[in-house]
Amino acid sequence: MFYREAGQFKTSYEKDQALFPIRQDKIGLGVILLIAFVVIPLTANDFFLASIMIPFLVFSLAAIGLNVLTGFCGQLSLGTGAFMGVGAYAAYKLTTIFPDVNVILLVLTSGIFSAIVGAIFGLPSLRIKGLYLAVTTLAAQFFLEWCFIRIGWLYNYNASGAIEIPTREMLGVVISGAEATPLARYFVVLSITVVIAFLISNVLRGRIGRSWMMIRDMDIAAELMGIRPLQTKLMAFAVSSYICGVAGAMMVFFWLNAAEPSSYSITLSFQILFMVILGGLGSVGGAFMGAAFIWILPIVLRAIPSMLGVDIGAETVEHLAFMVIGALIIFFLIVEPHGFARLWQIAKQKLRVWPFPY
Amino acid sequence: MLYDIFVDPFVQMYQMPDFFLQVLWEGFVAGILYALIALGFVLIFKASGVFNFAQGIMVVFAGLTLVGLHENGVPAFLALILTIGVMGVLAYGIERVVMRPLVNQPDIILLMATIGLTYFLIGFGELIFGGEPKRMITEELGLPTGSTAFEFGERGLVILQHIDIAAAVIAILMVTALGIFFNKTRIGRALRAVADDHQAALSVGISLNQIWAIVWFAAGLVALATGIMWGARSDVSFALEIIAFKALPVLILGGFTSIPGAIIGGLIIGFGEKIAELYWGGLVGGGIESWFAYIIALIFLLFRPQGLFGEKIIERV
Repeated sequence: MFYREAGQFKTSYEKDQALFPIRQDKIGLGVILLIAFVVIPLTANDFFLASIMIPFLVFSLAAIGLNVLTGFCGQLSLGTGAFMGVGAYAAYKLTTIFPDVNVILLVLTSGIFSAIVGAIFGLPSLRIKGLYLAVTTLAAQFFLEWCFIRIGWLYNYNASGAIEIPTREMLGVVISGAEATPLARYFVVLSITVVIAFLISNVLRGRIGRSWMMIRDMDIAAELMGIRPLQTKLMAFAVSSYICGVAGAMMVFFWLNAAEPSSYSITLSFQILFMVILGGLGSVGGAFMGAAFIWILPIVLRAIPSMLGVDIGAETVEHLAFMVIGALIIFFLIVEPHGFARLWQIAKQKLRVWPFPY
Repeated sequence: MLYDIFVDPFVQMYQMPDFFLQVLWEGFVAGILYALIALGFVLIFKASGVFNFAQGIMVVFAGLTLVGLHENGVPAFLALILTIGVMGVLAYGIERVVMRPLVNQPDIILLMATIGLTYFLIGFGELIFGGEPKRMITEELGLPTGSTAFEFGERGLVILQHIDIAAAVIAILMVTALGIFFNKTRIGRALRAVADDHQAALSVGISLNQIWAIVWFAAGLVALATGIMWGARSDVSFALEIIAFKALPVLILGGFTSIPGAIIGGLIIGFGEKIAELYWGGLVGGGIESWFAYIIALIFLLFRPQGLFGEKIIERV
């Protein structure tokens, strides 16, 4: 009733295969973009922008990156955090070497380094898969983390061992470093995320994306049909790491301002993997929903006791939040292993047939 | 440079054999502990095909429960028995609440469920016992402390901690006991049947749910032993959780389904890591312990993906 595509006729193959073939989806997306670009900047305060929206967008992008690899190409990776770190450190070195180049350009370039590293660590995927592959990506995680700590050149031999982001301007507005306003950062992060999400959605429904899905669904059949596993898998690793690298660079440039090697630890890898799994494997929209859930839920959980006026220690709240998150993850895995993306599809189906049961 | 890599470490080993033996012993002890953690993984993986990431946190949880009970005035041995009870309840709870509804889901979903379980146990453990490290009640449990120094040659000493010897003995006893349990008892045979083929096991009247609860309990016991041993060397704290990841390369080396493999894999990783760190680590700035095991596993994967003792059913691409 509310969501019916009746009367929307497609007269060509291109229209049928469009990114958003249904009019309601287009309108819905337009509304979301309008809210993101106009309503939120007008109404939200700095706290909301800086600690909720910016991290949410950064994590969404990272989750999209991992989704390309795990959701669309079927290769399990536990090294996302390290690949994000490669992007961050590459962007930092680039901005040190080329201080005058636009920082957004550098952030986008840094993903290329991450892509190269990702493709190298993706090489074992040609022989192994599943949990065995997870071990090789774990090797990437721990080895790269060690590099971030031990190779002084990467952080310009800072005494603190952390990278601190210098102030950079674009069009006269400070967009990175400590002086940048949350609003400016928000616009940068939002624009990059939206553009990359749009591009990758198009890649995913094209030839490349479909060859990834063929490898995921049955690699032998895909090979027989002329898909080259070597190129396809390495491309998935490279594209996935590129997106993760850009997300990692954005994480330090537009959100944290300074990052230590521990910012890109295995915990981050797991967090991103959770976002992908809970959001739904193989769904770009799901990545956003998963990121929102994993990032915003703990904040809400921490705020609940003070809202209810219950006086318990901050530590206790933290522990309770951990417990609730763990329990909810298990709960959602049991209830809907295909993630929020599937729940959203079910909801759309319900809207379509309402008020009838089917 | 080439001399530093290929010659110098061996010269050092030859010149200071006592130091080398000490390093070997350290590697042996670390290896035993990795092997114990890997053992917990293998038990669960064999019976249910679940890769249990929560094994590391179960080690911490068991250790904390034991110490926490003792701190609240429970005598050491009663605390030990109560902790075993707690691990039993935990095993039953996990089987009932987490594993049973997730039967037949893809591997990755089960893996994520155990990571969710890890989060839950971290929160739960910290809520009850607090986040700060605790001292293991080594003496109260009747475990030996102190150390013996063996003279070696004319100039050297090799120092062996008694608790490490105890750890080695307990690990050997535990593996033997598990071996007997798997091969000689009725439940052990049922466990192996389940490991071979779930459907066939069901059709001859073996209850999968019961078996799963039993293996989780067995893994809990292994976790408790690991927790005591590891806690006696350093304190019981949540930092131990990261050690659980070391079990992955151990399993790659030993094979995912082999109990002796877990032990031997653990020892190889333990020895390799300590020797590499002390003799070659200095060349690249130290700290290579954190990733050396994974690199061994990576190299191993290229040549023998099923591990030393694993079954040859690995999916090749």
